[in-house]
Amino acid sequence: MKNLWFHLMPYKDLPDDFREAHPSVWVDIDAGLLDAKRVHEHYNEYLDELEYAGEVGFDGICCNEHHQNGYGLMPSPNLIAATLTRRTRAPAICVMGNSLALYNPPTRVAEEFAMLDCMSGGRLIAGFPVGTPMDTVFAYGQNPSKLRERYLEAHDIVMKAWREPETFSFDGRFNKLRYVNVWPRPVQQPHPPVWIPGGGSVETWQWCAEMDYVYCYLSYFGYKAGMATVQGFWNEMDKLGKDRNPYRVGFLQFVGVAETEREANELYRGPAEYFYGRCLHVNPKWASPPGYSSEASQRARVQSQVAQAAAGSRGIGGRPPVATQWEDIVDLGYVVAGDPDQVAERLREVCREMNVGHLMLLCQFGNMSTELAQYNTRLYAERVLPQIRDLFDDRWEDRWWPRPMAEERRYTPAKVA
Amino acid sequence: MRVLEQGTETTGTPPAVFLAGIGGVPRWLPFLDRLSENRRVIVPSLAGFPGAEAFRHLDSLYDWIVDAIEMFEALDLPRMDLIGSSVGGALAAESAAVAGGRIRRLVLVAPFGLFEADEPNADIWAQIPAPDVLAALVCADPERWKTIWETPEDADPVEWQIAQTRSMEAAARFLFPFGETGVAKRLHRIVQPTLLVRGAADRVIPASYAARFAAGIAGPTRETVIDDAGHLVELDQPEALAREINAFLSDQEL
Repeated sequence: MKNLWFHLMPYKDLPDDFREAHPSVWVDIDAGLLDAKRVHEHYNEYLDELEYAGEVGFDGICCNEHHQNGYGLMPSPNLIAATLTRRTRAPAICVMGNSLALYNPPTRVAEEFAMLDCMSGGRLIAGFPVGTPMDTVFAYGQNPSKLRERYLEAHDIVMKAWREPETFSFDGRFNKLRYVNVWPRPVQQPHPPVWIPGGGSVETWQWCAEMDYVYCYLSYFGYKAGMATVQGFWNEMDKLGKDRNPYRVGFLQFVGVAETEREANELYRGPAEYFYGRCLHVNPKWASPPGYSSEASQRARVQSQVAQAAAGSRGIGGRPPVATQWEDIVDLGYVVAGDPDQVAERLREVCREMNVGHLMLLCQFGNMSTELAQYNTRLYAERVLPQIRDLFDDRWEDRWWPRPMAEERRYTPAKVA
Repeated sequence: MRVLEQGTETTGTPPAVFLAGIGGVPRWLPFLDRLSENRRVIVPSLAGFPGAEAFRHLDSLYDWIVDAIEMFEALDLPRMDLIGSSVGGALAAESAAVAGGRIRRLVLVAPFGLFEADEPNADIWAQIPAPDVLAALVCADPERWKTIWETPEDADPVEWQIAQTRSMEAAARFLFPFGETGVAKRLHRIVQPTLLVRGAADRVIPASYAARFAAGIAGPTRETVIDDAGHLVELDQPEALAREINAFLSDQEL
């Protein structure tokens, strides 16, 4: 199986009273909280951490896209990925998002991803999220009723731009492009592997199956909450007659590894409580603009709420509150914490049960220092990874992994004098 | 498309066509009873609103305006009075500006269509998704909204809820994010006598917007404010609204 190291790039100085004194970490977060000189440190430390993860043996390193967000300092993931192409050599570079509908024209994505694939020598994984309502509808002003239609059209443009050998015109509903002919083209032909982060909608599962893309469930709430969704994905694959190749799926999990369980509790409590307590403080008014969810998804959600209400588990529209105390965070499985053997055992079990071949790990979260992030990363790479890496390899081929240029043809950046 | 109607046409009084606001007309309204006491009232459903599910073929504002005009043409009325509230008010104003030939008089109740950065209207699409929140935003008395949206015995509660969300999405499709259509550029083309109504407790459209409409419209205008009414005046104060409209439509002086 593949282990990828994922960074969100949180801002680390949200105040203690953030939850009480500020309305939201997203969209209208108070700009007065931001110190750009701290962000200078953050970016450089975070890039160090990503590069370190690549160095110590993670199969891939991941960045993503958020806008106007206090826990995600990557409005432009392609800038981050570009620096990673120069300072890493081996790992896949997984850009878990260009939110396609936000790029005008969408050929920009085809161009920049092709640039990244050329710069990295064919190590790019192309992630195409729709993007959250906060990012797309509110920060970027996209019409919620047209977002998915624009996303699908942008997807068609990008894929055609990569595949089509000749200049072509695209007369779409939202995009009118008379001459499409992107330069450069990707090293990986016809295109880099495509991964789709999504919620739990059946339509997305069906689309991933139809297009032969990887489906990624990137929840912050861990394997216990994610189990039903991933099982739902596999049930749908069964229905569609697709094989159960575990590399069809990516799954995000927070981890905290230490020498002992007690040490893990001491070390990771603070950063986890910072993340779940402050970073996920989102004003609910941004969460569900009408039209963002398809009617089929709404129907499924309302039906499950009605069923839950009938079973007496919770009221209609009610969601369990996010746990913000370390003990609950661990109990609920948001973070898998412990000594290397405990973490390996749990993850092996989880990946096998979920049948997940691409595990995406958050080893830095909240206000965790670089020192601790690298400690966590190193223990994982040296003592967890060897215990789980062989999972699935005896039976399944990862058809969705980058196919880089031969090692000897790949350029080594010159040292600065 | 669903077209509801009630009342009898009398000589000299053209039928009144009503375009509803946020949420549309999920069931017949007391306001329409009052309005139809002395005229024929016709209530076509706007695309995406209860009674007309399809709307995602309409992309641009141009599509929406043409769709509204075609809807009026299909009613085949040589002459009509047009009443538009809220979201329906935006399309009523646009239709009158672009193709107002059949429209005798125009009534706009807290219409969308304008936006002023210094005095913004409410962002109706950024609301906490709880039933009481929208009710309290659009009505002075939230119970009025809840009553018309109570699931009928013969309706599927899931589909009933989705119909409401669909109508909010349909409104977003041509009004997101500012509730603005650019009608300010076209108000001078509205030559009909026009009544502008607003609820004194409207939390969605600021009070000054009615005056901005009135200032731009070429035809004679009147403005009236209805007490104890929020954004959807037709739900909060059906009798008072029907009275004001009846008086305006019957006024021989105009």
